[in-house]
Amino acid sequence: MRIGVVTFPGSLDDRDAARAIRLAGGTAVPLWHGDRELHSVDAVVLPGGFAYGDYLRCGAIARFAPVMDEIIRLAGPPTAAAPGLPVLGICNGFQVLCESHLLPGALIRNDHRHFICRDQVLRVESTSTTWTSGYTAGDEIVIPLKNGEGGYVADTATLDQLEGEARVVVRYLGFNPNGSYRDIAGVSNASGSVVGLMPHPEHAVETGYGPESDSHGALSGGTDGLRFFTSALQGVLSA
Amino acid sequence: MSSDSVNTYGEDFDAVLDDGSVLTVEQRAALDTVERAQSTKDTEQPWAALGMKADEYAELHEILGRRPTSSELAMYSVMWSEHCSYKSSKVHLRQFGEKTTEAMREHLLVGIGENAGVVDIGQGWAVTFKIESHNHPSYVEPYQGAATGVGGIVRDIISMGARPVAVMDPLRFGAIDHPDTLRVLPGIVAGVGGYGNCLGLPNIGGEVVFDPCYQGNPLVNVLCVGTMKHQDIHLANATGAGNLVILFGARTGGDGIGGASILASETFAEGGQAKRPAVQVGDPFAEKVLIECCLDLFQAKVVNGIQDLGAAGLSCAFSELASNGDGGMLVHLDRAPLRDPSLAPEEILMSESQERMMAVVRPEDLPGFLAITSRWDVEATVMGEVTETGRLVVLWHGETIVDVPPRTVAHDGPVYNRPMARPDSLDALQADSPARLPRPADADLAGLVLRMIGSPNLSSRSWVTDQYDRYVQGNTTLATPDDAGVIRVDEESGLGVAISTDCNARFAALDPYHGAQLALAESYRNVAVAGGRPLAVTDCLNFGSPEDPGVMWQFAEAVRGLADGCQQLGVPVTGGNVSLYNQTGSTPIHPTPVVGVLGVLPDVAARTPSGWREAGAQLLLLGTTRAEFGGSEWAWVEHSHLGGLPPAVDLEAERSLADLLVTAGGDGLLIAAHDLSDGGLAQTLVESSLRYGVGATVSADAACTRDGVDAFTLLFAESTARVLVAVAAESVPEFTERCERLSVPVVALGTTGGDALTVEDRFTLSLDQLRTTHTAALPAALTL
Repeated sequence: MRIGVVTFPGSLDDRDAARAIRLAGGTAVPLWHGDRELHSVDAVVLPGGFAYGDYLRCGAIARFAPVMDEIIRLAGPPTAAAPGLPVLGICNGFQVLCESHLLPGALIRNDHRHFICRDQVLRVESTSTTWTSGYTAGDEIVIPLKNGEGGYVADTATLDQLEGEARVVVRYLGFNPNGSYRDIAGVSNASGSVVGLMPHPEHAVETGYGPESDSHGALSGGTDGLRFFTSALQGVLSA
Repeated sequence: MSSDSVNTYGEDFDAVLDDGSVLTVEQRAALDTVERAQSTKDTEQPWAALGMKADEYAELHEILGRRPTSSELAMYSVMWSEHCSYKSSKVHLRQFGEKTTEAMREHLLVGIGENAGVVDIGQGWAVTFKIESHNHPSYVEPYQGAATGVGGIVRDIISMGARPVAVMDPLRFGAIDHPDTLRVLPGIVAGVGGYGNCLGLPNIGGEVVFDPCYQGNPLVNVLCVGTMKHQDIHLANATGAGNLVILFGARTGGDGIGGASILASETFAEGGQAKRPAVQVGDPFAEKVLIECCLDLFQAKVVNGIQDLGAAGLSCAFSELASNGDGGMLVHLDRAPLRDPSLAPEEILMSESQERMMAVVRPEDLPGFLAITSRWDVEATVMGEVTETGRLVVLWHGETIVDVPPRTVAHDGPVYNRPMARPDSLDALQADSPARLPRPADADLAGLVLRMIGSPNLSSRSWVTDQYDRYVQGNTTLATPDDAGVIRVDEESGLGVAISTDCNARFAALDPYHGAQLALAESYRNVAVAGGRPLAVTDCLNFGSPEDPGVMWQFAEAVRGLADGCQQLGVPVTGGNVSLYNQTGSTPIHPTPVVGVLGVLPDVAARTPSGWREAGAQLLLLGTTRAEFGGSEWAWVEHSHLGGLPPAVDLEAERSLADLLVTAGGDGLLIAAHDLSDGGLAQTLVESSLRYGVGATVSADAACTRDGVDAFTLLFAESTARVLVAVAAESVPEFTERCERLSVPVVALGTTGGDALTVEDRFTLSLDQLRTTHTAALPAALTL
């Protein structure tokens, strides 16, 4: 099971995403921003970081990287014969997916204008995506969040459409850390193959190195994020 | 991505050859060459404006046998500055080496003198760590000053061959309600975060301290730690005649030039801009790319020697590499890629533009080297080569503008034995004992707890630390608010390190010798509390002007105290930084010797957190409490009092305590452990209870009776060598027996559980109230 992890200059959580894939039982395949082919991977993770420094709008330059041409082509609207390439965009990866128009909406500067790093409670809203099929709808999970530009915005029609089509994948619970509209933490494309979210599931995969507790304060071991990766592996295996 | 950072392989390779450009007649006429210096010995030079003393300038004539060229003057003036030459501190710093015994060197792979010390942590792994200051730039321009402070220390760590894996930031500001604190603090925090977050380095700890003595002079210290395998250690030396000297990374610009603009205006009256900014501007993206590029270069084994460009820029890199190596180097300064083509050679030599590195590379490795820099879009330029001439020769379009023995620039600078005198005011300060301060009634203890935990220095630091990424790299297992940051180094075995930085500058103000030892003791204890066996020390010595005999005495005493303390604890100083002239007008800051201790854990899974998650654990207090309030947080918060003597230092007790904590933690006997320091036991009980939201019920009686103190003293005194531990009930006998074996005093305090903190017969405070009070102070003061 091969999942590619793209490294742009300025990517930061690429090695962490690769570790999460390995812990989930998959094979992480490094992809370089200059690659023009995807080395036969079954899915792709766009990791967190500051691609090309993100001195322009976040993800606006990364979207034009050579590797993105192929990702955009393969992950585009799926046909019956060719289901779209599964892609998970985490934080900066989510920003890149929005800039690529693989996902609707945009991420803007946090409403409080500070970078924020915290253990964030999320509610899983949709389990009909490649990356969340292993959860149960309504699951409350704790995933680290760390960003400066994580406010999810879209026009009302788009937001209504996302809600109507069950494409809001995860929602902030208890505390909205960045001013995201309707507490949206992550969304998917129409088929559920492409998911983007601001929190970092790859940082909640190993006991002792992730959040300190689950949403109920008990000892979950801080591994609530692992199922994003096991979901994809099981989904691809059964496909 | 600016076009500046894009390299074109061919062009740079061509730069090996002379570029063929020639100077105009006017430029040649304005150029101060060695040839000209020989024939115009009476030319007036702005040495005083560059910060040189008359005797230093005279010595320069002695060394060169002629007047220096303006480029040489630029190099010497900046390399002989206090910041680069340690000329006032050198005679004292020697003790760190002299007091390091053979036994202490056991784990030392690289000692003082290189970019950073390197320590063997076992299993073939080595760790390098160092702390540096960026105080004055951060006062002038808080965001960029702090950001480039992170950038500078990170490059020190890379240049040892290591991957940087974490940063910590001890910060000190003026009074929290002073307008200038509101000017500098948000920018400094955003700068540390903005740069560190963008490099992908977890920020795992540090300090935030408020004291009026830092009002006009905030302290921004940054520690970085890096890891590598033993065989990957790299050093800053230029050996092997014919090897190439390569400058790579960002282009050289006009930022960070201090005195050079004076030279430039002397030389090029009509040329460049009159005033250059003295504070550097950081580009964390360029640095992140540089980190990955360097690691690939090391991996490919195409680097012979390496040096980062920080203070004094190219002047430092050329002279240190040459001085550490075979002693000769020939470089073509005009090959340096510039952001601003109007820069004069003196300015290029002194520029402190960030995100630059210099490597010494064998000619046969050049194609491999350039292939890697090209992959990362990092510009690389062959500046020249290593020679056996024993001279550092710098050419500018073929003309010789520098021809000097490199050791005289880099290592054999002036050394001063500054006059020292114990300040007369110290007697009165020490005589002003806190014993005269009124003590609170038992009925006021609850109110006092709330006033203390809500005070600027004891309140929650989360407003600051939540702006830093602590998760990136996936190896952080403890970070603020725990006593030490703990990170995993080896993913297979769990081998890892614990680091803490500490300093109570009020203690050092009362007694610099013991104050420095108290900083060491606290940092050492914090590392042991988390489960790390202390192994090595780095320090950042922040003091006032060395030209003030009182300050110089404080400095000498602090160094002597720290060196003696390290010897007694058996942990060597591996490197550090001295920052002098931290004062406003004639008023120096409190002596602030920040001490960082690094410890090792064979498996970080056995680390000890600072709080408990479960009810029913037994709370034990280790150590002895005395009525020690000199320099305490209580005296300061309640009475604005600073006087008397600091708490007694007992390094043997600290050593036994550390031994107990490290072994008991490793054997799984400890549920939690938390150091007692600022604010005393009350603060520790509150922090440990709030850590996971599980309270405690304790009784002061047994401890008070044993130590002969009242409840107030037990709760707020700042006696050292004390730690609160939580132990499972069934482990208490074994743990107590271990305490006795190591002669660590132990007394039962109470039990964990519930949603409140209760001190029996005194008070009960709900965790909700404690949390609200504890977390409100910083946001209230700092949110605009």
